[in-house]
Amino acid sequence: MSAAGAGVTPAVVDSPAASRGPLAMEAISLCKDFRLGRGSVLSAVKDVSFNLYRSAVVALVGESGSGKSTVAKLLAGQERLTSGTIRLDGHEVDVKGRHAFRRYKSEVQYVFQDPFSSLNPVHTVRYHLTRPVRLHQPHKTAAELDRELVRVIEQVRLTPAQQFLAKYPHELSGGQRQRVAVARALAAGPSVLLADEPVSMLDVSIRLELLNVLDTLRKDFQLALLYITHDIASARYFADEVLVMYAGSVVERGPAEELTQAPAHPYTQLLVSSSPDPDDLGSMLRHGGKGSTRQVGESAAMLQGCRFHPRCPFAEERCRRESPPLLAVSPSRAAACWRLDVTAPAVVARAREGGEGETTS
Amino acid sequence: MTATSDMQTTTAAAPTGDRATSGGGEPVLEIKDFSVVYRTGGGDVHAVEKVDLALHPGEVVGLAGESGSGKSTLAYGACRLLRPPALITGGSVVYRGRRLSGPVEILGRHPEELRELRWREIAIVFQSAMNALNPVLRVRDQLLDVVEAHLDLSKDEAAERIASLLDLVSIPRARLKSYPHELSGGMRQRVMIAMALATDPEVVIMDEPTTALDVVVQRDILAQIVELKDELGFAVLFITHDLSLLLELANRVAVMYAGRLVETGTSDEMHHEAAHPYTKGLLNSFPSLRGPRRDLAGIPGSPPDLRGLPPGCPFLTRCAYGAEACSRVDMRLSPVSSSPDPAHVTACPFVLPATPEKTLASPSEPPAGAR
Repeated sequence: MSAAGAGVTPAVVDSPAASRGPLAMEAISLCKDFRLGRGSVLSAVKDVSFNLYRSAVVALVGESGSGKSTVAKLLAGQERLTSGTIRLDGHEVDVKGRHAFRRYKSEVQYVFQDPFSSLNPVHTVRYHLTRPVRLHQPHKTAAELDRELVRVIEQVRLTPAQQFLAKYPHELSGGQRQRVAVARALAAGPSVLLADEPVSMLDVSIRLELLNVLDTLRKDFQLALLYITHDIASARYFADEVLVMYAGSVVERGPAEELTQAPAHPYTQLLVSSSPDPDDLGSMLRHGGKGSTRQVGESAAMLQGCRFHPRCPFAEERCRRESPPLLAVSPSRAAACWRLDVTAPAVVARAREGGEGETTS
Repeated sequence: MTATSDMQTTTAAAPTGDRATSGGGEPVLEIKDFSVVYRTGGGDVHAVEKVDLALHPGEVVGLAGESGSGKSTLAYGACRLLRPPALITGGSVVYRGRRLSGPVEILGRHPEELRELRWREIAIVFQSAMNALNPVLRVRDQLLDVVEAHLDLSKDEAAERIASLLDLVSIPRARLKSYPHELSGGMRQRVMIAMALATDPEVVIMDEPTTALDVVVQRDILAQIVELKDELGFAVLFITHDLSLLLELANRVAVMYAGRLVETGTSDEMHHEAAHPYTKGLLNSFPSLRGPRRDLAGIPGSPPDLRGLPPGCPFLTRCAYGAEACSRVDMRLSPVSSSPDPAHVTACPFVLPATPEKTLASPSEPPAGAR
């Protein structure tokens, strides 16, 4: 039997991120429902599981509204789980009570998308950084605090440190602000960093610089990084493992390079083919032609069966009835699609041939 | 006003390249030697310096550059939409519309006369559709506003006109009754595009119209823009910092840095034969999804302060090629010697075609992707 047709048991995937470091955080079957009133429920996150490892980057890729930020907020303890479990260093996370929450926060930190609104305009950089240092590393003398602030801000390559500490957010560029936001997250000394679209508000030329800063920090502090983005190309370069989300579920996961070069799920394929491609001389953008006549799927999260089926060119009867679980494509890859034999024959065939010999990164 | 005095010297030397290849007659919008300063307490900010740019009918011209490079100032300035402290210090902007009897010098027009040109002839899709639509008015009322202000139609005709505009951008007519917050980001952006096309303009300026959208929606909207452009024949000036997108979308690409154009050419030339170090830096900044993984270098440093720039090339401080002579270069665009296309022009005369890429973009440390 082919990997795709093997049955409906959800896949057990060897994460390519595991080779980089010890397990830091486990997300197990996370679910989050939002009540919309009049009895209707939007399940924004549905059965999402993955692991974060020290020194490794896992990317969560998807369009707006796919639930990727909700996953991050669940992990950060900012939203309550409807069901599911989060484990940090092997222990189930309990953020009830202020002290437990603060302890958790010293391990798990969040970087927001918008550096223009995540910093308080009436406070200096020093103020923004002093608070987390005080909260999470108490009993510091004034001199120690100052040394710590300088260390934290130099980590994100903002030098001369004293000069930057005295500045207000409006005196900084977007890239510098986002680096202050990263420094603020690091000041708590976390082991897990949740970065929610950290570069999407920045100029293309500055994005790379910030990603490089994050990458250096990942190495230096063995950070487990969750990188949330809608730019799958940056995930290819930056992440070890990529998880693609659509309408609240993970539809495909695998090693970044493999997944982006040979996507198996029709949605991942759509995502990849939609990215700008300067080499595509036959591009419909250049020559005109009908774009995908997309009906905006506002209620995709409420559909029966596979949530992608209304937009899927391969959809058949079964897709409209049953929602596919993540099915193993290879030891390190899985996709939630009934029709992998048709959507990605090459990937499935390679996995079948590879059998045992398949390297799991 | 130093800008004006310098300007006299270069007027005669304005490159003729643009017009040479695009061949298809006269440009519909021709910006020449255009300069804008922002008057501030700390001195004049030279946001746009002596820029030449031509837009031909049916053409998509991309304007790329970092934030603060003057792309939007150039476009808005050319329509005279800038308010003080912005001040146009020189140049000319000539519009040649099919509906008009002859060429119009936009900069010389009385503000009242400009009302006939704005939106009717030159429309703009603003940067953020989230904020550009009025949140307390229905889509119908906002579209009607445009149609009633610029076209002479009866009530029924106007209603039919706006309904057909929504058809044009594939939004169900029932959405006319919606308020902006009831629409998704992509739909709001489409409404903005419909609004820009309401009066059948000849030039549409699009200022980062898809930056806030995800790639699937972005491609959808861009495909629609191209389709409409082919159907209606307007010209597009497309402003974005995403050079990879422009290379696929635009016929020609102009790259701005610190208020100056540093390179212009067909998207093909710019992609494969980029001449200016800044263009190369931009090309080397975005991770690509296809092809082999390459080392990304980015552009070190940050853009210069536009108050009191030293003479010469403004990119010098960030440029790996920088030579002493760069501080004397006059930033005039001239044809790239290695290119067969005379319209491929650059302000950097020191780029040697044989110089290996490595010297231009050697990262100080392996970037994220290199491991």
